[in-house]
Amino acid sequence: MSSKTVNQKAWLLVLPVLLIVALNAVIPLMTVVNYSVQDTFSPGVFFFEGTKWYREVLSSPRFHGALGRQFLYTAIILAIEIPLGVAVALAMPRKGPWVSVCLVLMALPLLIPWNVVGAMWNIFALPDIGLLGYGLNWLGFDYNYTQQPLAAWMTVILMDVWHWTSLVVLLAYAGLSSIPDAYYQAAKIDGASRLSVFRFIQLPKMKRVLIIALLLRFMDSFMVYTEPFVLTGGGPGNSTTFLSIDLVKAAIGEFNLGIAAAMSIIYFLMTLLVCWVFYTAMMRSEES
Amino acid sequence: MKPLAWMAWTWQTATFFCFIAACLITMLLWEMLKPGGSPKHGVLGLNTTRGDRLFISLLGSAYIHVAWLGLTEQPLWWGSVISVFFALTVFKWV
Repeated sequence: MSSKTVNQKAWLLVLPVLLIVALNAVIPLMTVVNYSVQDTFSPGVFFFEGTKWYREVLSSPRFHGALGRQFLYTAIILAIEIPLGVAVALAMPRKGPWVSVCLVLMALPLLIPWNVVGAMWNIFALPDIGLLGYGLNWLGFDYNYTQQPLAAWMTVILMDVWHWTSLVVLLAYAGLSSIPDAYYQAAKIDGASRLSVFRFIQLPKMKRVLIIALLLRFMDSFMVYTEPFVLTGGGPGNSTTFLSIDLVKAAIGEFNLGIAAAMSIIYFLMTLLVCWVFYTAMMRSEES
Repeated sequence: MKPLAWMAWTWQTATFFCFIAACLITMLLWEMLKPGGSPKHGVLGLNTTRGDRLFISLLGSAYIHVAWLGLTEQPLWWGSVISVFFALTVFKWV
């Protein structure tokens, strides 16, 4: 006798999610696609332009510059935050009263809204009144993030590291906490060094959470907007104008909806590809 | 003002989204006829179902079109032809 093992009615439970995704993702995405092939001069008046905006964006030095800065920014962020997060998680206590203190301290930066972080660092790094800016100048460094591109980059990166390394720490700490004591005891019996314990026990056990951390930090740093915009406004010059800032400038500042929409679609495709790569890597690590 | 005027529809983009919807409906019917998703281990070393292969085909096709627009002045139809061959290759070997 065959028995029904799959309840198809369960699909009804997915309907609310489908509706929400349709309203907040699919319909806006369709609208952006529609905008990307048209030009507009006033609300409700559109002229079909075909692939003109895509060709224009793809051959634009401005787009290449913003994209290059975006990739560089993301690469630096990942290169700093992932190892630093793992190092801090390894240094945190596993037992005792200090665990809660450390976890709360780590969680604090994550609770602060993006625009507040930008405003805080804007003041903190000012060369004449900010603690960081004034301190660096007092120590003899010529530092002014409002005029020097290198200083602006350093400040933007430092701000992101301060704000988001905690996320990597918390994820890595969760991964470390899930390792049973038996592994460490076995390593001790075998006389394994600290490095070997990290290499052969902790790192493999943290692999999955680190992929998630990498994906989250990639997504967030690749789409970063508020913090650098509040801190530098994309300057000095265009030195910290990342793709997201450039996109908003095109869409709202210049009202080039067609170009901004084409940029958005290209931006979306890049994000989608990276997400797929990370997802595939995560699935493969699970299978293995 | 028409109800969906704010979405600025054109027949070209409507056709594009109808094509995507048709692909999804075809996959649904295919799954109903042959359940299980026909999983296989392809040349990329990945375990894929036919849904995965459709996703890879669509994403790859989008990149082919973007590359075509960025690198050549030729009509986009050639990019579409390459995309069809790419999709067939993905469904056969990936």
